[in-house]
Amino acid sequence: MSPLSTLTPPLKKSSAIGYGRLRGGARYAPTLATLGLFLAMFAVGAGMYPSFLSGQVLLNLFIDNTFLTVLAVGMTFVILTGGIDLSVGAVVALSMMVCASLLQAGWNPSMVIPLVILIGGGLGTLMGLVIQYFDIQPFIVTLAGMFLARGLCYVISLDSIPVTDPFFTSMAQARIPLAGDLFISPGVLIAVAVVAVAFFILHHTRFGRTVYALGGNEHSAMLMGLNVKGTKVAVYAVSGLCSAVAGLLFSFYSLSGYSLAAQGMELDAIAAVVIGGTLLTGGTGYVLGSVVGVLVLGIVQTFIAYDGTLSSWWTKIVIGGLLLVFILLQRLFSRKTY
Amino acid sequence: MNKIVPVVQMDDIEIGFPGVKALDRVSFRLFQGEVHALMGENGAGKSTLIKALTGVYSIDAGTIVVLGESKRFSTPAESQAAGISTVYQEVNLCPNLSVEENILLGREPRRRGSIDWRGVRARGKEVLAQLHLEHVDPGSLLSEHSIAIQQLIAIARSVEVNAKVLILDEPTSSLDAGEVAQLFDVIRELRDRGVAILFVSHFLEQVYEISDRMTVLRNGCLVGEFMTRDLSRISLISKMMGKEMDVLAELDQAPVRIKSTSNASVVPFIETEGLGRKGSVSKVNLSIYPGEVVGLAGLLGAGRTEIARLLFGADKSDQGSIKIKGKPQKLRSPRSAIDANIGFCSEDRKEEGLIGDLTVRDNLVLAMQASKGWARRIPRRVQDQLVDEFITTLDIRPANPDALIRNLSGGNQQKVLLARWLVTNPELLILDEPTRGIDIGAKTQIQKLVAKLASKGMAVLFVSSEIDEVLRVSDRVAVIKDREMVAEVINDDISEHDVMAVIAGGPE
Amino acid sequence: MKSLLKNRLTWPLVALLALLALNQVFRADFLALRMQDGHLYGSLIDILRNGAPTVLIALGMTLVVATRGIDLSVGAIVAIAGAISCSYIASSSDPSSLATAGTAAAIAVVAGLALGVWNGFLVSVIGVQPIIATLVLMTAGRGVAQLVTGGQIVSVSNDHYKSIGAGYAFTLPISILITAAVFVLAAVLTRRTALGTLIEAVGINPVASRLAGIRARNIIWIVYVFSALCAAIAGLMISSNVTAADANNAGLYIEMDAILAVVIGGTSLAGGRYSLVGTVIGAFIIQTLTTTVYTLGIPPEVTLVFKALVVLSVCLLQAPAARNALRRFRPAPKLPAKEKVAI
Repeated sequence: MSPLSTLTPPLKKSSAIGYGRLRGGARYAPTLATLGLFLAMFAVGAGMYPSFLSGQVLLNLFIDNTFLTVLAVGMTFVILTGGIDLSVGAVVALSMMVCASLLQAGWNPSMVIPLVILIGGGLGTLMGLVIQYFDIQPFIVTLAGMFLARGLCYVISLDSIPVTDPFFTSMAQARIPLAGDLFISPGVLIAVAVVAVAFFILHHTRFGRTVYALGGNEHSAMLMGLNVKGTKVAVYAVSGLCSAVAGLLFSFYSLSGYSLAAQGMELDAIAAVVIGGTLLTGGTGYVLGSVVGVLVLGIVQTFIAYDGTLSSWWTKIVIGGLLLVFILLQRLFSRKTY
Repeated sequence: MNKIVPVVQMDDIEIGFPGVKALDRVSFRLFQGEVHALMGENGAGKSTLIKALTGVYSIDAGTIVVLGESKRFSTPAESQAAGISTVYQEVNLCPNLSVEENILLGREPRRRGSIDWRGVRARGKEVLAQLHLEHVDPGSLLSEHSIAIQQLIAIARSVEVNAKVLILDEPTSSLDAGEVAQLFDVIRELRDRGVAILFVSHFLEQVYEISDRMTVLRNGCLVGEFMTRDLSRISLISKMMGKEMDVLAELDQAPVRIKSTSNASVVPFIETEGLGRKGSVSKVNLSIYPGEVVGLAGLLGAGRTEIARLLFGADKSDQGSIKIKGKPQKLRSPRSAIDANIGFCSEDRKEEGLIGDLTVRDNLVLAMQASKGWARRIPRRVQDQLVDEFITTLDIRPANPDALIRNLSGGNQQKVLLARWLVTNPELLILDEPTRGIDIGAKTQIQKLVAKLASKGMAVLFVSSEIDEVLRVSDRVAVIKDREMVAEVINDDISEHDVMAVIAGGPE
Repeated sequence: MKSLLKNRLTWPLVALLALLALNQVFRADFLALRMQDGHLYGSLIDILRNGAPTVLIALGMTLVVATRGIDLSVGAIVAIAGAISCSYIASSSDPSSLATAGTAAAIAVVAGLALGVWNGFLVSVIGVQPIIATLVLMTAGRGVAQLVTGGQIVSVSNDHYKSIGAGYAFTLPISILITAAVFVLAAVLTRRTALGTLIEAVGINPVASRLAGIRARNIIWIVYVFSALCAAIAGLMISSNVTAADANNAGLYIEMDAILAVVIGGTSLAGGRYSLVGTVIGAFIIQTLTTTVYTLGIPPEVTLVFKALVVLSVCLLQAPAARNALRRFRPAPKLPAKEKVAI
């Protein structure tokens, strides 16, 4: 007796398995489209400039964008829940300022680095708590967080502070050789580690799955008995932690702390996440997609640098254009799905 | 022997919201291996009782005993831990996740802190197989599946935890007949396995088909607990509505309203044929002539509001057709209905009628202003004239056009909303529960007004849960049952009993 | 007295007066006005003049917020408007004439309007969430401005153009007069027509508005166009004040200040009833805060910390009311996603 075996399968579902596989592919479509775009841009670059087609150009994309990668990872968590974090750029700057000023004051990096991470995570947690328990829109709370962090930068110093600490300079200059004469920086290893950890958390822990459930339908997630409140606070904490790590990476990269650093970087991070295929309404997206999003932003810059005749502002215009295209695609996509 | 001790015993439950007592000393018992129907009209307290049991609301007084243990739930998670699972009408799962995840979310098998995806797949398949859903790919997205399958997946989630109690809240409201049959087979199988099932539905026939016992609630109070086979449909209805049949029979007097017999129009203002909308209502064949009041009768939740909304374009129909004054017309939006001279007062005054933070004046002229467009503001002088006129004729109090409408009483708010449409001079006015929750004086005034409007040539569709009220104001009555229009009767000397007999589905 | 306490303009006004009083305590001549060469001078005039662009943009933002929207692109529009007008003047054959200045301003304003049409299109026709729709222009807009200026800071020397932001008329700075004119325009536009009522209706209860037959699409489109218009005029003012277009920094973060002014002024980000006067007061509170920080001898950049505190305290003050209304009564609002407040 199997009462349900007669249930008519939905249309097109001639073979459940084949259909599933196809749909499985469709789930990754936005991210794959971004990857395709990246490869196409790389191919076009290689066609136009022979020197473009080198492993090092590719690796440089990672080296020059370690901090943005880490930021995009944190932002992915937040956006997956349907929230937004405007404070990340300012927290990067604050982390750099705290770092530079304490190092200048003679602190040991082994003290400074944990402290910076603690401040970033603490700020994020604080914003998450306000968002959850006072029910204020994430936009406004993280805007206040942005003002606060940026303001605190100025409280620390109005001028740029150079970083001369030997550990930091060695991190800045170190080259980790790969096959041939290819190399990466230690920052890349850290960024890759962050991405790997984030991937593991999002796809292999209950917390990660709750993040997705929250973005899919917060009310359902609550009724399913998931820890909605804690998760909501935690994603902002994760974003704060990532911002702090990004701040450290940016310090390694620039060897200074400057209050005006990372202006507008929150927009780059959001753009990378959206271009990487994460829906701004939450629930759908992949952290690896965000990494591809960062690479697309990076290659746009590289392209413009290689071209020589194109000016730097094309970067912004192209990013805005890509953002538009992906938002419109999302709109189309989400209309069909739900 | 297990039948002796209830799985769930709720005693003297009280829950209050600001201004309302949603549940007043309600008791409820649920036994192992039974399908128990919770009956009552909308607002009777069914959802509140369920939410008390599932930990969404916390109770103000009373006791809940589950499997012999006294419980006090403050979150859904606690209720679930006690073995209670719920499947809601609007499938509360995550559409963006896979089927297997939705079954196992929060309880995924883990190996050294990491989710064991193979284990998830295996367990997912196992649970789906138990419900004979082998053809559903556990890795596919939930949103790819029909609502019927999603319901079953929600049930699978509760099977997975070995739930002792399964609550099904309006699970069939968007399923077709075949899908309902499949669902019922699963319910029976689970019942036979010893699961206690609480079933809530507006569909009387379904309740009689599936349930063993029922508890009836009315206005937040317990009416009683009955064996389904012992309770006839008509007595169930009278218990839900709070009127004993013999009393009803006595009340069966000539309707108060004097019918407009001079109705010589041949072309109805509006005429529908097979009108319907998937998952909402179907087979609506209704015509309303100018100068005529047509009443919609049926239990709350039977589909009356849905019909009203289709006729106003608030929801788009996907079956059948509408003719206005004999010409086919599509009502795609409220705007297009308004342009066809139709007005609509929603049953949900607060959410769908009032612009709470605006004044009586602004609310009253809103529909007229919307028709004129933003640039052509109705001159203040005209506004004042209209507002004064309607404040006087409808006796709106306080008679202050600048009062915020949210500060008015329900009856006066309703009069303002009526006036909103009357100023636009509609040819058809759809009134959905225009007298709900307002005092008797305002109620009579509104009923009189309806009669007056009709005598001036307006077509009126009057929806009300009070059958006597429908009979009092209508020339004809359309009876709605289980989301279909089942009968249309001329209101000459029919009684409330006749209408209820139609709803109950047979000559009694 | 009770109605005074209940009036939502009371607290912003009290805050503004308290800030002014604080300044007066620290600088005895703070409130003094003096006449020189037929022009009024004084700290109050400075606050009015420096606050003018923020007031302008906040006025436009108020109407957008009232419809439950938000416009993040205003800063970018400021940059574009300045870039277009200054580039036009710099490249014209007669860079110092009145006609050139007038044409430049007109082109910039038309460009602003076009950008508003674009934003409105995305929000009302395509149905993109406002925050995301305007994010596109926020990102790309500065690039466009740099494209127009060729990446340079374009300086102009046109006295007529300069007078928009730095000139005087009737003893007052022209920028103040322009702002006042736009305020009057906004008030007339919303209160002499039915626009104001319909904007509020859509913001308060979109569902009921639809059932009353309001064409929300047009209303929403108009507010984005108006917001962009205000931003374009502010862009002219800012570039004229420094006689140069700085595509990178003109109007940077002004959208945040404008949103802040709207919120301080008592218009809820959840949409609905708005107050243009409240917004003006809110914008002047922000400007006075900046001035106060100066007066107290704190580095001006630290103003941001105070702003953060102001945002948080205003939001926390507004929060419990919203919470009580939402929470106890309906723990699970069943709003479909698109009807959520779009932020």
